[in-house]
Amino acid sequence: MTNAPIITLNAVEKYYGEYHALRGISAEIGRGEFFSLLGPSGCGKTTLLRAIAGFEDISNGHILLDGRDMEGVPPNKRPTNLVFQSYAIFPHLTVVENVGFGLRKSGLSVAEKRAAVAEALDMVGLADFGGRAAHALSGGQRQRVALARALILKPKVLLLDEPLSALDKKMREQMQSELRRLQRQVGITFILVTHDQEEALIMSDRIAVMFEGGIAQLADPQTLYRRPASRTVAEFIGMMNFLPAKVTTSGGGAVAQVPGLGAVHLAADQIPQGVPSGGAEIGVRPESLTVLYDGQPAPEFGADGQVTEVTYYGDMTYYDVLLDGAPRPVSVSMRNMLGRPVLDRGARARLAWDPRAMVLFPVAQTRP
Amino acid sequence: MTLRPLTLFAGLYLLVLYAPIVLLPLFAFNEGTVIAFPLQGFTTEWFGALLDTPALHEATLNSLIIAMSTAVFATTLGLFAARAATRYRFPLKGGIVGFIMLPLVLPEVIVAISLLVVLMQVGINPGTWTIILGHTLICTPFSIAILQGSFSNMDKSLEEAAIDLGETPLSTFRLVTLPLVMPGIIASMLICFTISLDEFIIAFFLSGNEPTLPVYLWGQLRFPARLPIIMALGTILVVLSIGLLVIAEAMRRRGLRRAGLEDTGGFL
Repeated sequence: MTNAPIITLNAVEKYYGEYHALRGISAEIGRGEFFSLLGPSGCGKTTLLRAIAGFEDISNGHILLDGRDMEGVPPNKRPTNLVFQSYAIFPHLTVVENVGFGLRKSGLSVAEKRAAVAEALDMVGLADFGGRAAHALSGGQRQRVALARALILKPKVLLLDEPLSALDKKMREQMQSELRRLQRQVGITFILVTHDQEEALIMSDRIAVMFEGGIAQLADPQTLYRRPASRTVAEFIGMMNFLPAKVTTSGGGAVAQVPGLGAVHLAADQIPQGVPSGGAEIGVRPESLTVLYDGQPAPEFGADGQVTEVTYYGDMTYYDVLLDGAPRPVSVSMRNMLGRPVLDRGARARLAWDPRAMVLFPVAQTRP
Repeated sequence: MTLRPLTLFAGLYLLVLYAPIVLLPLFAFNEGTVIAFPLQGFTTEWFGALLDTPALHEATLNSLIIAMSTAVFATTLGLFAARAATRYRFPLKGGIVGFIMLPLVLPEVIVAISLLVVLMQVGINPGTWTIILGHTLICTPFSIAILQGSFSNMDKSLEEAAIDLGETPLSTFRLVTLPLVMPGIIASMLICFTISLDEFIIAFFLSGNEPTLPVYLWGQLRFPARLPIIMALGTILVVLSIGLLVIAEAMRRRGLRRAGLEDTGGFL
């Protein structure tokens, strides 16, 4: 039982009238997992989260929570708690009253409740803020109160609806690491909804990328980044260069003829949608291409080109390099290091790469 | 500062608007029985005379009962309607809300006559309860307008958060919704109270032999000797009405502050 998933989504469908908001979502979320639902706005991620919380009825399929079908179970009877995007801190109550709100029907004594609230506030680093009025809190503090208020009930699953989107960049980064620490500390399953791919990569054990009501890919962050299942996923997460390729099958994999790169051998795991019969494009991330400097040994895979654009970020420099024979430039990112000069626009450059870092997609593809 | 035409116009407008009301206390404290200048000296005699008129006391009591009942009924109805209008989507919502708000612009004399006709047909005699009915009808739209503001200012996820934390929809209403819209409820009750207290046409048509204060006042106009007494009564009513409206507005602003919101222009 301990290894059974805490949440099982089984062909979950949701219609708003004619609008198909969730299209057959199936997934299993493990105990103690930090799980993210990632996608652009309108992809159904918040609808799915609210369906798990019980605020949306699903049209078809099943949501099992700890093995129990949640159909017909109202939100107040589900072992889930939700941290709202707006935090939904009760403005007429103090911090202590907010955090202790869910304990009203717990049957605990006043002293026990007080201890539980103190513990929850301490956990989120607000030990001294108990007496404050809710409207006298900053955004980050509201966020913490919302977390303490939800975690005090020791839910089986904590649901977080874009909890960091209202914070400024610095606060957001701080809360990201704090949320992860908190999740490890309490061991509760967290399900995070976000449209920020970086946030999802940083925080999650696994990520479900959603487009138009369906899961496009469900994987751990590294797999998602290095082996995106489709071009749409690849474009949504990080940056990726695409170059046209002519493909021939070779054993279990394929050989792609790419103008500018030459012949690239690809294994089966680099061709997630199978060897394309028609046009194909090869994808490679900017950091998987390297600018070679004078004196470095000749690479196994390399080609020459011309720098057409230089963008200097301080720690990094992004180059656009038009490889000889290629139809369009590729973006290359290089870490700036001592003894590594930044190239000028118009300079000649030699690029190197590892074909294992490339993926192949069909050109005219419909979204999965 | 130069006196530009528009400034002059605004000044004139305010003069015409408020001069009669300023005359009210002026003659209420005037010794002479004729409403005319020059003033003849200060007296509180007319206010004293108010105390010696039993019919007036009865009318006042009637008006207070009607105004308080109207405030409670109209605000209760307004509370339900405003919550439904701001929280839910249902078929024909626009039309239904529109029809509920219509008495706001419907001529009161039409409302009064049609109510009288219907009540006569049904066989209910005019009296205190029929006035309450009429006043509730015209006050409910005001209540809805005020409470809709309260509800739409309130984050919908607050109610969801309470349910998520284990409360039932009913206890959520009591613990979260009601405290947060309470300033709106108080504002609504005060405004409905004031409207009902001042209302004449419906009260006149539906009062039967239980006149309200405005109806009683109108009846007294036939006796020129009693005019200064009416002036005294009018003075009290004006002070009371302004006082209540000020409290109502203060309540509304307090509600906004409590919810930590910007003032986006209120009822007053």
